Amino acid sequence: MPLSDYDPASLPDLLPLYYRRLFPFSQYYRWLNYGGVQKNYFQNREFSFTLKDDIYVRYQSFSSQIELEKEMQKMNPYKIDIGAIYSHRPNQHNTVKSGSFQALEKELVFDIDMTDYDDVRSCCSAADICSKCWTLMTIAIRILDRALREDFGFKHLLWVYSGRRGVHCWVCDEAARKLTVAARSAVAEYLSLIKGGEETMKKVVLMDPIHPFIRASLAVVNKYFLRYALQDQDILGQKESVEKVLALTPEDILFNNSHPLIFRTVSLSKLKHSFKIMLQYCYPRLDVNVSKGVNHLLKSPFSVHPKTGRISVPIDIGNLDAFDPFAVPTISLDRPMEAEDEENAEETKENDKDAADRRKIRGDEV
Amino acid sequence: MQFSERRKRVGSRPQAELYGQPLQFYGQPPLENISLTEFETFAVDRLKLLKTVENVGVSYLKGSPQYVKKLVAESKNLNFPYRLEPDKRRKDHISHFILRLAYCQTEDLRRWFIQQEVDLFRYRFNDLSPKQKLEFLHRNNLQYDTIGIEEKKALKDKLLNSSPGVSGITVEDQDFYKVPFQDALDLVRTRKVYLKAGYVYIPHQEIVTIVLNDFRTRLSKALALTARSLPAVHSDERLQPLLNHLSHAYVGQDYSIQKNVGKISLEQIDSLSGKSYPLCMRHLHQALRENHHLRHGGRMQYGLFLKGIGLSLEQALQFWRSEFIRGKVDADKFDKAYAYSIRHMFGKEGKRTDYTPYNCMKVILSNPPSQGDYHGCPFRHSDPELLKQKLQFYKVSPSGINQVDTTFSLNHPNQYFLESQKVFGGGRDLKREMDATQKAKENSVVKASNVKQELPTNGPENVAEMEDLDSIFQEP
Repeated sequence: MPLSDYDPASLPDLLPLYYRRLFPFSQYYRWLNYGGVQKNYFQNREFSFTLKDDIYVRYQSFSSQIELEKEMQKMNPYKIDIGAIYSHRPNQHNTVKSGSFQALEKELVFDIDMTDYDDVRSCCSAADICSKCWTLMTIAIRILDRALREDFGFKHLLWVYSGRRGVHCWVCDEAARKLTVAARSAVAEYLSLIKGGEETMKKVVLMDPIHPFIRASLAVVNKYFLRYALQDQDILGQKESVEKVLALTPEDILFNNSHPLIFRTVSLSKLKHSFKIMLQYCYPRLDVNVSKGVNHLLKSPFSVHPKTGRISVPIDIGNLDAFDPFAVPTISLDRPMEAEDEENAEETKENDKDAADRRKIRGDEV
Repeated sequence: MQFSERRKRVGSRPQAELYGQPLQFYGQPPLENISLTEFETFAVDRLKLLKTVENVGVSYLKGSPQYVKKLVAESKNLNFPYRLEPDKRRKDHISHFILRLAYCQTEDLRRWFIQQEVDLFRYRFNDLSPKQKLEFLHRNNLQYDTIGIEEKKALKDKLLNSSPGVSGITVEDQDFYKVPFQDALDLVRTRKVYLKAGYVYIPHQEIVTIVLNDFRTRLSKALALTARSLPAVHSDERLQPLLNHLSHAYVGQDYSIQKNVGKISLEQIDSLSGKSYPLCMRHLHQALRENHHLRHGGRMQYGLFLKGIGLSLEQALQFWRSEFIRGKVDADKFDKAYAYSIRHMFGKEGKRTDYTPYNCMKVILSNPPSQGDYHGCPFRHSDPELLKQKLQFYKVSPSGINQVDTTFSLNHPNQYFLESQKVFGGGRDLKREMDATQKAKENSVVKASNVKQELPTNGPENVAEMEDLDSIFQEP
């Protein structure tokens, strides 16, 4: 669905349709209720809505699925965020003695944003994305998914397309929801490799010996690197990016090839073996602050992105390479919703989410 | 705890079981009656032990063989033999809890107490046998299990590549523990450990760190709780004076109340610095005169010392300003940038805390100097060669350097100043006493606190002895 077909001005007309016909309330509720094991878990969850004209309301909470549906259909939020589970119902927080109203639990979340990669992609910048740089997201998802499952032992992960320029991960294991701020920040730092801001060139610092986590991550980058960096991004094609590469290249490779121009024709495998370069270009860039806070609000799955009209849909990890952010359902369609379309849309969403949900809610839930 | 004049009752069953263990986390307070005498003796003995722990920890690298040896030797002298025999465990238990009462009141006291208790605990834990260690872990709900030999072998490469301190030998010789990652966040955060399925694999040498962190956290929480129930304790008149005495004991005099304000004039400072300043302050003064500037750490350390010897705020401002103006700072800039912090030192700005001059421990342990700094303790922070030169320059005799003296314990720069002034003021008894204590106790590399310096004698006769200085600075 080309972006030009979508007009943000049509949101007020489209949202009611979306919330009445497509939003998967029952799966959504089933997820956030977590089997009803903990009392008031859903009721104490904070939601926040961004309404028309950028009106932002926090501390929304609902006592049941029905109430959630009614309210959303009444307010038609442009954006929905999910927050933490609090000690009391968020919509009653003003009645609680100051200091007693506390955020208790929340999923462990990660946010990967394409803008953070601007210094290493030449095809787009800022909020734009294209098929060439989307590979970065694929790499990020693979690396993080592996680490969260194999290193940390988490089992219930939900990967979601943000609707514009990135992806989110929701780690829903009970152990994850109960993590402290310190623990969340430690996990995020374990997963972080790119350090340094605008001024520093060398942003990857590698120790010797190479930690198994980095080794495993490199294996992923390796698979995608040639195609991504040298073809799609053509990092050796322009003088500017060649200089960038040279600045990162370990000296022993440089000295073997006396003239920078020769570098281009030198065996590309030498470049590939320069781990730091590969990582600098491809390793996931996390915003630690998003993951740290227990009370941090993050865009809800199935929320609409007001600027693109795309729905924030779950990504099927089993079929990751085939995911196309441009083929994601949008709220605007050039024909009225037909029953068939509805079914298909619902089905895809159901399959993606349910697999994860079902595992969570059944006995496997830890 | 209830206190009465009655003699003690025998402890209850769970307590007997507790004392069957060589080491504990001090989770449960003692539940028995003891006499006031015992209350006081136990507390004072433990305080002495903790102070010993502090002193040994400053002089030797914690955990090194010399450290252990020294601590064993020192604690034998106290009534706390290092390896806790069953009858001493009760004393250990009770005395710990008494000191909690005394040391929970302020942030500084808490910090000190926790630090010494952690060091003591580390030393005792390392002394346990492997079996005792595991037993300790399980008893205290630290469900850390060791992994089997087969698993260790299978993971060998991964273990080697994840932990910086781990070598092939470590993997072979040491036990590895499986710990939930939430209990080892520092290792996870810095990726210095192997992590699999939510567990980190830690060699024995590092399990101590985890246990210590746990101990520290528990103690910190407990102290906060204790502080809340203090009012009840303080209402017992028998206890309050003792507890106050205990908590001030380690600080000693803090030289904050200026007895000598106005007695020193600015013109005297240069000559005083030669005669009565301890080395660190002399060093700072000289740097100030030479560079017409001192960085923040130096200004704090020296500025507070000056306050302690009797400079008034006006004098201090004049002193610093006249020196800084000789350098790159003009009068306006001084008033804008530096005057505020001097007034702050005297408690005239901000939250108006009247800061106390640093004692030796603080000078040695906090804020180590870096490039361009002149503060700190020369006996701790200087290169031995440089220190030697400096002492030669100040004409200190070798025997004067050679002392680690615990009888005349010098632990505050202002104390040095006062004693020195007394000597020059003609307190003969004092001088004799100081001469008598100048016996070389140890011939080791000069480090840390309690070094008594002979007051510099201005004369060439010590030159010959200077050459001997070399031997003092050899490693033993």
